[in-house]
Amino acid sequence: MSLRRWTVTLLAAFVALLTIAPLLWMVSVSFMARGEASQFPPPLLPDSPTLDNYRMLFGTFGVGRFLANSVLVSTLATILALLFTVPAGYAFAKLRFRGRDATFRMLVAALVVPGQIGMLPLFLELKAMGLVNSYAGALVPWLAGIFGIFLVRQYCLSIPDEMLEAARIDGASEGQILRRVVLPILTPIIVTLALFVFLASWNDFMWPLIILADQNLYTLPVALAAMSREHVQDNELMMAGAVVTTLPVLILFLALQRFYLSGLLTGSVKG
Amino acid sequence: MSTIGRQSEARAGWGMSAPALTAIVIFFVVPALASLVLSFTDFDIYALADLSNLRFVGFQNYERLIENPLFWKAMGNTLWFVVLGVPFVVGLSLFAAMLVNSRWLKWRPVWRVALFAPYVTTLVATAVVWRYLLHTRYGLVNYLLSLFGIAPVDWLGDPHASLPAILIFVGWKTFGYNMIIFLAALQTVPRELEEAARIDGAGWWTRLRHVTLPAIAPTVLLVSVLTVAAMFQLFAEPYVMTQGGPAQSTVTILYFMYEEGFKWWNLGSGAAVAFLLFLCILAVTLVQLKLAKRGGAI
Repeated sequence: MSLRRWTVTLLAAFVALLTIAPLLWMVSVSFMARGEASQFPPPLLPDSPTLDNYRMLFGTFGVGRFLANSVLVSTLATILALLFTVPAGYAFAKLRFRGRDATFRMLVAALVVPGQIGMLPLFLELKAMGLVNSYAGALVPWLAGIFGIFLVRQYCLSIPDEMLEAARIDGASEGQILRRVVLPILTPIIVTLALFVFLASWNDFMWPLIILADQNLYTLPVALAAMSREHVQDNELMMAGAVVTTLPVLILFLALQRFYLSGLLTGSVKG
Repeated sequence: MSTIGRQSEARAGWGMSAPALTAIVIFFVVPALASLVLSFTDFDIYALADLSNLRFVGFQNYERLIENPLFWKAMGNTLWFVVLGVPFVVGLSLFAAMLVNSRWLKWRPVWRVALFAPYVTTLVATAVVWRYLLHTRYGLVNYLLSLFGIAPVDWLGDPHASLPAILIFVGWKTFGYNMIIFLAALQTVPRELEEAARIDGAGWWTRLRHVTLPAIAPTVLLVSVLTVAAMFQLFAEPYVMTQGGPAQSTVTILYFMYEEGFKWWNLGSGAAVAFLLFLCILAVTLVQLKLAKRGGAI
C-alpha cells in the first residue's frame, strides 16, 4: 500500500520534473555568460550567474518598451472584453427578449469557426478604418469574444430569478440590477474571464504580427520572434527574452490558478 | 408582471447584448463571410493600392492552388500533424490525467499545476526555448540521447525529423489543457466499477480498455476534435522554429496562408486557402462525430 503510494508519487514527480525542465533550463541559461551555453555537454547551471543578458535586453534592445506594449494591450483587451461580454452573457441568460435564443444558438454555432478564417478580410477592413498598425487594431479581436459570452451565460443561469424579480419590484432599473445585484455574484467568473483574456492576449502572436508593422508597437511575442531570427546564436540572450515574456503570465496563473482551472471546466465540458 | 416591465426587460436585453453582437458581426462574421467572397477575386498588392484593379476571377484562385505544389505540401504536412499528433497528444494527456487522478498519489495539486504550466506560457517564447533544446550540437535533448548512446539527431535541420520535433514541442505545450478535461471526466467514473473489475482479476490494461475508456468515450471524442482543430491551426511553431523548412517540411496550411497573404500580398489566394482550411476542419470534425455515433460513444 505505502509502496504503491511512493511509486505513483515518484512517477508523477518525475513526469512533472520532465515537464517543467525546459522552463527551469530557460531560467538557468538566461543567467549564463555569453557563449557559455554553446558547449557540449551543456552546463546545467551557470558558472558564475550574471544579469548581463537582462541588462543587454533592456538596454541595447529596449525590451522595456515591448513589455510596456504587452502590458498595455493585454490590460486594455481584458477591460474591453469584460465590458462587452459580461452584460451580453447576463442578458442571454436572464433577460427575456425576442430572438434571444435563436441569436444565442447562432453564436454557439459560430464557436466552431476558427478566427484565422477571416484574418485577411479583417486586415483589409481595419485598413479601411485606418486602424492598421495601431493598438486599436490589435485589440479588435478581443471585443468579439463569443467564448466569454458563453462562459458568463453558463454562470448566470444559476442566479435565481426571484432575486432579480425582487429587485424589480423594489423599483430598480435593469442597469441597476446588473450593477448592484448581478455583478457582485459574478465576481468569480469575472476574475476567471479576465485571466483568460489577459493570458490569451499576452500570448497571442499571429494577429499582432499581422496588424503591427511599426517596431515601436510590437508586443513581446512579436518582438521576441523578430529578435530570435536575427540572434539565432545568442542562446543566453534569447533565454532571457523568453523569461521576460513568460514570467508575467506564469506568475499570474500560479496566483490565480484556482479560478483558471475551474473556469476551464465550465467552458470546455459542455455537458 | 406588467407589460411595461416586460418591455423594459426586453429593451435592456437588446441593449446589453448589442455592443458585443455588433463587435462580433463587424470583426468576426463579416470578415469570415468576406473571406469567401475575397477568394473569388484577384485581390493583390495592386488592388491594395487602388481598388479599381480588383476583378472577380471565379474559381481561378482555387485552380491555381490545386496546381501549386507548395499548397499540397502544406496540406500534406498538416495532415501528418493531424495523423501523428492527435493520437500522440490525446494519449499523452490521458496518461497524465490518469496519473494525476490515481488514488495513490500524494500532493496531487502540486503535480497538476506543474503539468499545466507549459500550457499557460507564451508560445513564441517556449518555441525559442525548444529550438535551443533541440539544437543538434549543444541541445539538451541530444545530450540526453547521447547518454543512451544515440547519435545526435538534426532535429530542425533534417526534413524527416523536423515534423516530429515540432510535434514533441506541441505535445509538451498542450497536453496540460487536455489533461484537465480528462481529469474532470475521470472523476465521474465510479470507483466501484474499477474495484469490481480489479476483484475479478482484470489487470491495469484490461481495466483501461473495458472500464475507463468506454466511460470517458465522449470526452476522448471532445479532446480529439479540439486537438484536430489545434493541429490545423499550427502557425507560430513553424514560424519561430523552422520558418517552414527544411525543404518545406514544416509549412502548415496557416503558415502558407500567412505567406500568401502578408508576404506576397496575394490576399485573394490567401482567402481561398483560409476557406479550404475551414472546410478541412469542418469535414474532419463531422467524420469524427459520425464515427463516434456509430461506435456508440455519444
